[in-house]
Amino acid sequence: MPNPSITLRAVSHAYGDRAVLRDLSLTLTERRVAILGGNGSGKSTLARMLNGLILPSAGTVTVDGLDTRRDGRAVRQRVGFVFQNPDVQIVYPTVEEDVGFGLKARKMPKDEIARRVTAALDRYALARYRHQPAHQLSGGEKQLLAIAGVLVLDPAHVVFDEPTTLLDLRNRRTVIQAIRDLPQHAIVVTHDLDMVMDFDRVLVLEDGRVVIDDAPSVAVPAYVARLG
Amino acid sequence: MLGLYLHRDSPIHRLGAGVKMGGLLAATLLVLALPGAVGALGAGLSGLFALWLAKLPLGRVLRELRAPVLMLGLLFGVQALVAGTGWADTLAAVARFAALILLATLVTLTTKVAAMVDLFERVFAILRPLGVNPAKLALMLALTIRFIPLLAEQVREVRMAQQARGVERSIAALFVPLLVKILRLADDLTAALDARGYDPTDDARPGTSPNDAVGPNNKEAQPPC
Repeated sequence: MPNPSITLRAVSHAYGDRAVLRDLSLTLTERRVAILGGNGSGKSTLARMLNGLILPSAGTVTVDGLDTRRDGRAVRQRVGFVFQNPDVQIVYPTVEEDVGFGLKARKMPKDEIARRVTAALDRYALARYRHQPAHQLSGGEKQLLAIAGVLVLDPAHVVFDEPTTLLDLRNRRTVIQAIRDLPQHAIVVTHDLDMVMDFDRVLVLEDGRVVIDDAPSVAVPAYVARLG
Repeated sequence: MLGLYLHRDSPIHRLGAGVKMGGLLAATLLVLALPGAVGALGAGLSGLFALWLAKLPLGRVLRELRAPVLMLGLLFGVQALVAGTGWADTLAAVARFAALILLATLVTLTTKVAAMVDLFERVFAILRPLGVNPAKLALMLALTIRFIPLLAEQVREVRMAQQARGVERSIAALFVPLLVKILRLADDLTAALDARGYDPTDDARPGTSPNDAVGPNNKEAQPPC
């Protein structure tokens, strides 16, 4: 199996007349990639394109050789997606049931679902909340639940859309550590500059174009300088 | 009205969702068929015994019953006054429904939503020849239960925001932003279901493609937040 990679070729996207991504060509192979940029720069649209939730108006996106336009479902099985607001991602009322949702959707045997759910709950310190209603968890715990619900499916890539934006300092640290510990290829859309300092690559989007593409030690100061 | 699953290690919790729902259906038919309050008394006593077996807190379960019993009391009370039905009949009717609500509450408190959804999926499968997708109906049930507290939170949030801006009571001021929030939530939820591998086609139905390329959230009109 070749190294996991996501490739964009001449990708553009528009909502009506408003262009949000302009002729992007990228190959993402590094283990940790961050996408920075201001509001409306096209970050979230780009993130959603990486697992075929949004298809480009022009160009192609391929994940490990699979085209998001042609092989949408197979792509989504390879690319997990963690949303900014975990509340929209939690489907079932209790923690255990929600972690098992994606596995059940894939029609896995019940004992395999139980085994994987237990492992995921242990891994993200959620085992004590197993039978609790999800809406009673704190913001950080909900985000960990959302991550557990995605990671239990064992995707090759995980895309995070601003995973720490709604969190307090303690929960932010917990989620950052969880992302650091992931064995998967992770692409993180964020405004959190501290988080990306030990990443392998940082892309900065501005008006739908990549204006900086470099290691964090170069990209982050350059981004800050651009902000003025 | 009906409580959310409360985990306990009890024989009632271990019973299958089908057994519990079947039991509830049988009890309902029995209570409605038996004359006066006899059925209600039997169902109420059975409910209390099951409550004890299930190791559930009596106070909490009775609290769940308070509002519906009050509503039924008012409803049947007005009927007794207007239509002239006797007070004994009114009491018997309220007792019947209270006993059934107790049993229904016991079912929801002791059955996981996932088990309930599985059951409904199997039951709704009989509607497949009519073009009904049982998996979709079952998911709708799970989402309804999951999103009640979330929507209540949204209402609280919008109301507080209005109060902070000096609007104490205005249906329009509550309704419009709430509707916008709910539509946005529905949009995000669609994307989340897709991202988590939910397949909106029903595999059991012939002619469904195993490889739909276009996600349901591929909208051109609205960018993600």
